[in-house]
Amino acid sequence: MLTFESVVVRQGEFTLNADLSIEEGAKVSIIGPSGAGKSTLLSALAGFTSVAQGAICWKGHDIARDASGDRPLAMVFQDSNLFPHLSVAQNVGLGLKPSLKLSSGELDLVKQSLLRVGLEGFEDRKPAALSGGQQSRVALARVLLRDKPLMVLDEPFAALGPALRRDMLALVGEIAQEKGLTVLMVTHDPKDARQLDGDTILVADGVAHAPVPTGPFLDAPPDVLREYLGS
Amino acid sequence: MAERVQPISLSTLGGAAVVALLLVLTLGTLGAVAWRAEEVSALSNNDWSAVRFNLWQAALSAVLSAVCAIPVARALARRQFRGRGVLLTILGAPFILPVIVAVLGLLAVYGRSGIISDMLIWAGLEPISIYGWHGVVLAHVFFNLPLATRLILQGWLSIPAERFRLAQSLGFTSRDIMRHLEWPMLREVLPGVVMVIFLICTTSFAVALALGGGPKATTIELAIYQAFRFDFDLSKAALLGLVQFAICALLALASLGISVPSGQGAGLDRVVPRNDGSVVIDTIAIGVVALFLITPLAMIVAKGVPGLFELNLGILGAAWRSVWVAVASAILTIVMALALALLSRKWGRGVEAVGYLSVAASPLVIGTGLFILTYRWIDPVLLALPVTVVVNAAMSLPFTLRALSPALRQVEDDYGRLASSLNLSGWARLRIVLLPRLRRPLGFGAGLAAALSMGDLGVITLFADPTRATLPLTLYNLMTAYRMDQAFAAALVLLALSLTLFWLFDRGGRVDADV
Repeated sequence: MLTFESVVVRQGEFTLNADLSIEEGAKVSIIGPSGAGKSTLLSALAGFTSVAQGAICWKGHDIARDASGDRPLAMVFQDSNLFPHLSVAQNVGLGLKPSLKLSSGELDLVKQSLLRVGLEGFEDRKPAALSGGQQSRVALARVLLRDKPLMVLDEPFAALGPALRRDMLALVGEIAQEKGLTVLMVTHDPKDARQLDGDTILVADGVAHAPVPTGPFLDAPPDVLREYLGS
Repeated sequence: MAERVQPISLSTLGGAAVVALLLVLTLGTLGAVAWRAEEVSALSNNDWSAVRFNLWQAALSAVLSAVCAIPVARALARRQFRGRGVLLTILGAPFILPVIVAVLGLLAVYGRSGIISDMLIWAGLEPISIYGWHGVVLAHVFFNLPLATRLILQGWLSIPAERFRLAQSLGFTSRDIMRHLEWPMLREVLPGVVMVIFLICTTSFAVALALGGGPKATTIELAIYQAFRFDFDLSKAALLGLVQFAICALLALASLGISVPSGQGAGLDRVVPRNDGSVVIDTIAIGVVALFLITPLAMIVAKGVPGLFELNLGILGAAWRSVWVAVASAILTIVMALALALLSRKWGRGVEAVGYLSVAASPLVIGTGLFILTYRWIDPVLLALPVTVVVNAAMSLPFTLRALSPALRQVEDDYGRLASSLNLSGWARLRIVLLPRLRRPLGFGAGLAAALSMGDLGVITLFADPTRATLPLTLYNLMTAYRMDQAFAAALVLLALSLTLFWLFDRGGRVDADV
């Protein structure tokens, strides 16, 4: 269980409050108007923004003061998921060892994870030689190797067209299923949330609400979200 | 960034060591010189006249450079012509041009036996002399007119093209465009340009050493040199060093109020095509400035080539010493710049300010201070070149820091979160993320530092020992001995080495760099 216990995050004038819990293995979309604090919630969880009050607990341990890289989560960012000067294999290998000194066994693992996301034989290419969809696959291959129980995505695949985005979300779902990961995804598109299925956290007016099942929630959205969605 | 308790890392220690070193170099050495001064002597009338000359030559050089740059920048902003790119490159070159080479080139044009004097004699008139205050100002304008042109051109190109189109559709004349578009821009840009050039000319030494001197053309740096070299009057040197620091500090305070241009704006290759203004005036502006800049350098090449075969072992040895001094200095500069930039991300921007202190410091005071601090333990003669390496690195640091620091911020903005989420920290973060992403500014910074050090005629002048002379010092000695054939050949070698070193380092940062 991932729990935000009376968490308060302050960024200048802005304050975000979160008091909620997420079951292990859940797939949770985070949705809400721009500037309401979706990304702040994720930043606090990932350790990019410090928590002013409260605790973020994973399996009962407070992780709110751990270094980013030590937290039990693997991130997929909106963009810049890959280092342009490193090869595909190196970018994925970073998920195993930050020093990049990989044994032959570890290199095999890199190969396998690239195979899993459909990028067999792309090891030596540089990110610039990949399409947007392929770059996203590399990022997911790295998530596979990081072997962390939480997969956290911040408006992922934003640069991809609708069809590619659907494919990538499907791949996210499969990977989560296979590895038994808990997924948290910030999105501004209700279609993404519906495809991910599972639950939705509404972030609005500086409050992150407890997760509720996505389908019924989006069928009858609250006013604040209705205004944002324009439906 | 989440705050967390960290053990003191190697990079923090390294950065703190660099901060300490720079504080010792800039402020500590000044203190050491003052402390060693046996009796406190007040500044004499001669010293005060040096201070006065220093201020007015800097002001005159700055204003002349800026004013002359306006028509050139305007012509470059609105005319597309063959060779425009080459001219822009030449406008960037004086920065890495060894001062003493340029001085020799100016002598070949404006000196008593230069081409202008030759023409005057041929016409039955008196030859002109370049020695004196006007020579100092001429050399300063030669160095700073290009800088001013580039900065003002940036200002011109920052006016959106749409405004000029709007002005045309409203039927503006050239005068109207000047009043409504160009003059407001100039009013914004010019104070900063004048300020930067004033600062550069305030701490000028080599130009004054070669062309100035005497009661009417001595700068503060030159007075410090004379205090050391001829009188060994440490207290006077320390006092003059303090005066220089005070002037630079006042300038720094004054510059807080005006926007000082960065000089790094990209995209000078853009032209806003316009059909106003006089083609004749623009052509003259560009022609005159091209002639002004290119002739002295062409003279170095023309007069240097024949002497290349007469280079003796003394000159070649000096060249070799200069190359390794330059390379060592370049490496030290980028190590210090990197350490400062990294530390300033942890401790705040104040750390970086330490790196800019050397702008106000006198290399001669630093050099002497280092001797005073160490001569009990180490033979000063052995220290000549190491001290030159360290002082040159400190003097290049502000420019390298200026290129590196924004680049580091950009890398951390773009990839910092990704790197942190992958647990890349310390050495691994430096090796895998930062160094590869910073190759361009590091290469550029190292090239700049190498070229500046290669051409430096500053602290090395305190040592006359010919077995430890660098190439610029050897060249200066050849000039003062009137061995002009060898001087021109040595100048050509020095010029070629400076440009080559810059090119090699800068190139090294670009090759294969994945953007």
